[in-house]
Amino acid sequence: MSAGEEVLTGVSVVPLSLRGPAPVRVVAGFGFWLFLLSDIIIFAALFAAYAVLSGSTAGGPSAAELFDKRHVFLETLCLLASSVTCGFGTLAVYRSDARALLLWMGMTFLLGVCFLTMEGREFASMVAAGAGPSHSAFLSAFFTLVGTHGLHVSLGLLWLIVMLLQVTTLGFRPMVARRFFCFGLFWHALDIVWIGVFTIVYLGAK
Amino acid sequence: MDMQVEAEGRAPGVDPRDRHGARSYLIGLAYAVTLTLASFWAASTSLVYAPAVPVLLATLAVAQMGVHVAFFLHISSAPDQANNFLALAFGVFVTALIVFGSLMIMANLDHHMMSMDELMRMQR
Repeated sequence: MSAGEEVLTGVSVVPLSLRGPAPVRVVAGFGFWLFLLSDIIIFAALFAAYAVLSGSTAGGPSAAELFDKRHVFLETLCLLASSVTCGFGTLAVYRSDARALLLWMGMTFLLGVCFLTMEGREFASMVAAGAGPSHSAFLSAFFTLVGTHGLHVSLGLLWLIVMLLQVTTLGFRPMVARRFFCFGLFWHALDIVWIGVFTIVYLGAK
Repeated sequence: MDMQVEAEGRAPGVDPRDRHGARSYLIGLAYAVTLTLASFWAASTSLVYAPAVPVLLATLAVAQMGVHVAFFLHISSAPDQANNFLALAFGVFVTALIVFGSLMIMANLDHHMMSMDELMRMQR
């Protein structure tokens, strides 16, 4: 664009080298995005281990004998619904609407608790039936992969409680809003990992 | 295109400049539920040729991950999202390398290794 055009359109084109740093919101969001991608790489390693070891049952129960598809479907719906309520909660942060935020994030929390309860019951019944993580390489890989995902969900719920306390005590200051956006990214990323879990572990069971 | 927007870049996730935030989540939910139902149907049906089921499941999973990235995380290939998109592309690349690389190496090892019975017989 020439100088004459710039005068006509009123748009100033600043060269990349002179633009200066991006706003904190963008930098913090991007940094958290990089963390999430590295977290997904951890899950990639666990998925690879599970895929390699899923046939090594050491005479114990195989994946097809252990898993109940209806149970997994309900778990999936819980996480999916919590992803959407979390999105609505993020929109409430933009409007600085504390009541809507508490409503949607409260629902996110309850759905997360539902998911964890169902997963905990599944784990407990497996261990009670003698199919604990020490039984075979397949079960070790299963409990590591699904357990790591469950641990992430638990930490996310803890984070959500802290954020709800912060928003009630500190209000919608930019720092709190930024953390809510990062929490939203975290929660959506966990849902993406769960797609891999239910496809490979539960539906791909042979 | 607002030049200032492009200069600042854009954080991943929903943006205050988006007008259709809630609609995006609802569209995403509709797609995601449809794809999830399709996955569970594909895993238990006898209508699909059995050896093709894993491929179908993988396709549905990748499609659903795409829906989540586009409608929930709001990552796109727009010019102001170049950083987010490149980081995602690198993440997908490393993930694929780890998963398919491990499977290939372990299958190859398995193929070349002596079976346990043979090994036991040699030790006698």
